[in-house]
Amino acid sequence: MLIRKPTDIRPSEITSKANYLNRRDFMRAGAIAGGSLLAGPSLAAVVPGENRAKLPDVGKSDFSTDETPNSYEDVTTYNNYYEFGTGKEDPYRYAQDFKARPWSITVEGHAEKTGTFDFEDFVKPFDLEERIYRMRCVEAWSMVIPWVGISLTDVIKHLQPTSKAKYVAFETLNDPQQMPGLRRRVLDWPYREGLTMAEATNPLTIFAVGIYGEVLPNQNGAPIRLVVPWKYGFKGIKGIVKMRFTETMPATSWNMSAPREYGFYANVNPEVDHPRWSQARERRIGAGLFAERQKTLMFNGYGEQVAHLYKDLDLRRNF
Amino acid sequence: MDTLQQVRLVWKPIIFLLCLLPLALVVTDANGLTAGLGANPVEEILDRFGNWGLRFIMITLAITPLRRITGWTWLLRFRRMFGLFTFFYVALHFTTYVWLDQGLMMSVILEDIVKRPFITLGFAAFLLLLAMAVTSTNGIRRRMRRRWDQLHYSVYIVGILGVWHYWWQVKADIVEPLIYAVILAVLLGVRLRWRMRQRSLAASRD
Repeated sequence: MLIRKPTDIRPSEITSKANYLNRRDFMRAGAIAGGSLLAGPSLAAVVPGENRAKLPDVGKSDFSTDETPNSYEDVTTYNNYYEFGTGKEDPYRYAQDFKARPWSITVEGHAEKTGTFDFEDFVKPFDLEERIYRMRCVEAWSMVIPWVGISLTDVIKHLQPTSKAKYVAFETLNDPQQMPGLRRRVLDWPYREGLTMAEATNPLTIFAVGIYGEVLPNQNGAPIRLVVPWKYGFKGIKGIVKMRFTETMPATSWNMSAPREYGFYANVNPEVDHPRWSQARERRIGAGLFAERQKTLMFNGYGEQVAHLYKDLDLRRNF
Repeated sequence: MDTLQQVRLVWKPIIFLLCLLPLALVVTDANGLTAGLGANPVEEILDRFGNWGLRFIMITLAITPLRRITGWTWLLRFRRMFGLFTFFYVALHFTTYVWLDQGLMMSVILEDIVKRPFITLGFAAFLLLLAMAVTSTNGIRRRMRRRWDQLHYSVYIVGILGVWHYWWQVKADIVEPLIYAVILAVLLGVRLRWRMRQRSLAASRD
């Protein structure tokens, strides 16, 4: 009997891009014909597990910036992901063998749909969209990253939070076997982050599952991470395993570590300095050795979409 | 050749060239001839020069204890050179900050020096090193007499300021500044012990 090895040709290599697009149109037409127009053209988000696999059916977004994205190398070799070490290249070095599958996400707290979900099932109901966002790190450097993700608003609607839910808290995987950085207590593990419900359901907020049209690399937070482009990068919690709807403001890792330096909100704000450095200017990664710093924009340039969320808040005190 | 001649004619030039290697590596990395400087070259250069400044001050401070332990007096012949290399790498670190990192924006730099304690510490260390470097020639040393010794005792303060500067700069992971702090504590600790022993010896003689 001839036993054939599984083919190493990826589905994305068999289906041409034109055919994907055709499929999108076909499904859209089908949805309309089926009278389910109200539900919208829902295309299941399929996120393959293999490294660098192409993500199918990725839509475009008006929220994307037209600034030139950083190189794939910059985005994947210069990361803060302390679970793999505190050096900028540590995540690239030590996350290569990390197993982002099988993966499950637990939803807890004030919501109708709680429980533990397999990652594939968790993302399936939602549309994949490319969002090219600026990313401003609290350390005063920045990048432009072409994320692929699902709208957190859609996810939250789907989970049906109750009226008691005022915040969403997130947690990263805490597995010292796979994440060598966890063996030292640099932070109080697991890594924790949180948003107000209004922030979590802002149209800009996404759960990213990819970059550059491909599956999210381990060092960038595979298989699923938060992206909140008007906040400092540390709010973008990686390798999420838990989501909890809470009534009170959740504890967040950097705030727990140094409350004078890192607040819960962590909105990008050129007027409120970090106690140890200015936030007025930022270094754009990839701009070159002799490039000057550029001016940091209020809310990282996303004020139009988010400034209204903070109109009654003293941003100097709630940094 | 006797030992001192060997030190002066053979070992000093060799060590001198070795001390320039970290700079050479930055230059070749910046030109892509060697591994490269990574995604954030300015930060990388700043860190490397700062680290070499700290390493050289530790080496400089290790000379006297090593000489006392081993009895190798020729070690003293390297002390000024290592002190000057400390200044050299700290000056490169400072230049990188002023020029590549801050783009020579003097108002921002002055604000940093005044407002940010870790930068104030680093700048103070740089000024002390500068004062020691310009007074390091034999002629000036002779002319300054006791004042020269007083000024050059500030090398201990520079060590403390340097480690403190690094400690305050890191975000959460203090392992590396801690290593420098332990080495510095040992180097200053042995001196303190000698001094105390000397004092008790002097006291017992009275």
